[in-house]
Amino acid sequence: MSKPEAIKEASMEMQKAMIARNYDAITSKHETGRKVSSTFVPGNLNELLMCFDIVNNLPEINAIQAGMRKASGGYIMEAEKSGHSEDVCTYVKADIGQMSKGNIAPNGKPYPNPDVLMLSYTGCYTFMKWFELLREEYKCPTLMLHVPYEGDGHSTKNMRDYIVKQLKEVVIPGLEQVSGVKFDIDRLRQYLRNSAKAEDNLVWCLEQGKNKPSPIDAYFGGVYYIGPIFTAFRGTEDAVTYYEMLRKEVQGRVENHQGPLTPEGTYFNDQKYRLIVEGPPNWTNFREFWKMFYDEGAIVVASSYTKVGGLYDQGFRHDPDNPLESLADYCLGCYTNLNLPTRVDLLAKYVEEYEADGLLINSIKSCNSFSAGQLMIMKEVERRTGRPGAFIETDLVDPRYFSAANVKNRLESYFQMIEQKRRGGGSKTVAA
Amino acid sequence: MSGKNRTVADIMAVCQEMFEDLNFTYARKWKDAKPGRKVVGFLPVYSPIEMIHAAGCLPLGIFGGGDQMEVIHGDAYYQSYICRIPRSTIELGVTNRLDFVDGMIFPFVCDVIRNLSGIWKLMFPNVWSKFFDTPQNYDKSIGGTYYIQELHELKEGLEAMTGRKISDADIQRSIGLYNENRRLIREVYAFRAKQPWLAPTSEVYVLMRAGLMMDVEEHNQMLKDYMAAAAKEDRPKRDNVRISIYGSFCEQPPLNLIKSIEMAGCYVVDDDYSLNNRFLMVDVPTSGDPLEALATTYIENSVETSCKYVPDGKVKGQFHVDAVKACGAEGVIYATPSFCDPALLDRPMVCNKLSEAGIPYIAFKYAENSGQMQPIREQAGTFADSIKLWS
Repeated sequence: MSKPEAIKEASMEMQKAMIARNYDAITSKHETGRKVSSTFVPGNLNELLMCFDIVNNLPEINAIQAGMRKASGGYIMEAEKSGHSEDVCTYVKADIGQMSKGNIAPNGKPYPNPDVLMLSYTGCYTFMKWFELLREEYKCPTLMLHVPYEGDGHSTKNMRDYIVKQLKEVVIPGLEQVSGVKFDIDRLRQYLRNSAKAEDNLVWCLEQGKNKPSPIDAYFGGVYYIGPIFTAFRGTEDAVTYYEMLRKEVQGRVENHQGPLTPEGTYFNDQKYRLIVEGPPNWTNFREFWKMFYDEGAIVVASSYTKVGGLYDQGFRHDPDNPLESLADYCLGCYTNLNLPTRVDLLAKYVEEYEADGLLINSIKSCNSFSAGQLMIMKEVERRTGRPGAFIETDLVDPRYFSAANVKNRLESYFQMIEQKRRGGGSKTVAA
Repeated sequence: MSGKNRTVADIMAVCQEMFEDLNFTYARKWKDAKPGRKVVGFLPVYSPIEMIHAAGCLPLGIFGGGDQMEVIHGDAYYQSYICRIPRSTIELGVTNRLDFVDGMIFPFVCDVIRNLSGIWKLMFPNVWSKFFDTPQNYDKSIGGTYYIQELHELKEGLEAMTGRKISDADIQRSIGLYNENRRLIREVYAFRAKQPWLAPTSEVYVLMRAGLMMDVEEHNQMLKDYMAAAAKEDRPKRDNVRISIYGSFCEQPPLNLIKSIEMAGCYVVDDDYSLNNRFLMVDVPTSGDPLEALATTYIENSVETSCKYVPDGKVKGQFHVDAVKACGAEGVIYATPSFCDPALLDRPMVCNKLSEAGIPYIAFKYAENSGQMQPIREQAGTFADSIKLWS
């Protein structure tokens, strides 16, 4: 029996069309003459790439697409057969394995080779090696933008100056050379203006998780909400329109005291447990994973994954008056570029501000940037908030590491723990 | 005891004791010898330890817990799919083995060590700790400028921790001592490459590890003594193959693994073990601005290893090919810790380059507490045989 089609809201349909257009732009580069870059979600310089008419292709997103289409497992095994370790990031192996399987985009057409690898190296060590590996395959220019880690819990002038200098002396001249388009800072300012508008609406939507019932799911739904801003659309008019549309949808649910729409097409109103989730989702069993939550009445009211491409809810906005400095600040402030104490502060704050029952960590085997230290994060957040934490383990796009029974068991135990805590008077939260 | 009378056995006894001592008795005694002394730990792969020395502190290399320490608490901090060095380092911390350490530097290696720096801040808030991010841009005017300022901030951190200013002359003096240390280490490596039967890697390794835990002047003397003593040893030259070991720059293998490779018929003539003391490949200038000197040397003359970006794709892995040729190795063992992102992500690229250059290699994984050496002996022995028979 085939799986029923997920029910989608208008904003989701709009986003789907935007993504389809972007894939068409990527795969038609030989016809249109447009240049294509590959780049990453954290530290994504989409506005800058747009200044050079460069189409943005994101291998992380392609791996997610492959995961959701159940293709990533085969790609990963293909990469492992060719010498890539079973221990390393499955996004990388899905990407590399996909190449040897024809490198077909979701629109059924082959991905063209990128013209430039925009190695925006923010918050994840693997990015650097990933593009060194791709560089061997594509033999195209690679532009490295090194974003220092906020190891002491804050950025410094030196870090910002270093990034701006790289933008001015490495990235912009490199993109000019690849594209043949001269850099126009006023064009960048306009895109950043659009970004800030979209960011305002994204933040408004994310903050509605404070309502009871929450009109959003900030994890499973959240990955849709962040899609345009985190990928190839930040800075576009489309993204501005998308977030206006999303805001109206969320506003409507707030007014009607409705929860978010589940893939089954029902509003998830009966919310028993309010959770903060740390870590990326699993993509190979995304709907099954999501269902485990709403079946038990668990809603995610805030998550760290929706901050991986920028911490807009903490006040950051792209600033057209300081365009390059603003891009530097953006890169520095992405979630995985923050040190562990800052991550703990943020998650503990979410638990309190969103009146959550506790912190659930989905620890991803592939992703040391997120995962290394998460047990400490859980202990600290529990200690500070007095709310119980829980830990589950899955992977990004390797289906071998998704054990449904195991995850479900742990979730059920966690919800029982929350119930016990409530009975003992430990949790302030009352389900809506 | 130092000087010409020291035998290899004397020197090895000191080094072995330090290598095995997870209570860090040497460093504790050093600290207690004078009031106000401080000890600063540093993790792999590279920290400018001249700066720690210039601050009047003892730089103490922390390489996890090895194979002699049972990790009980550390496992509660890390999932099963994360390498062992952070969990055993945590174990050292929570069991008070590092309770005398006043500061910790976590240099950029990978996301695991990076995040360990944050765990340390949370667990030991009274210990000064610093994540030290070296540049991945190797243009002197960009990465170099950034790095000089990072060194200024490191200096300020050390000054605040010790309560004393660090002058340029202090740093230059330390650079001079570490230049000598690096020169002597290069001599030991060259000595071993030339006559590996006189300087087995199971000795050279502990000599280097001990050096990263002791006063640099003492180590300089020890290196001289070792070369003098090893040259006098009556050790037979065996029909072994000459191999280089790469991929082992962070979490270290158990000493038995090195011994097993040697017992399997391999002379290890180059390696990237505990790389900090060879990271800079030339002398750092001792005149002019010392921070600029350290930065420029890092930018222009540091080793290629997996935690560094290689800007020119065409030469990726060439460093290893050149190193193999320079030391006359006949093959490479690419031995990496399990779950080591840097080494494992680099492995296909480095090994492809070795293949292109016609250099045979094998690859395997280990953990610092690996206990089963039979598979290692078999792999290394088969590799040695294959080189003997077919290369």
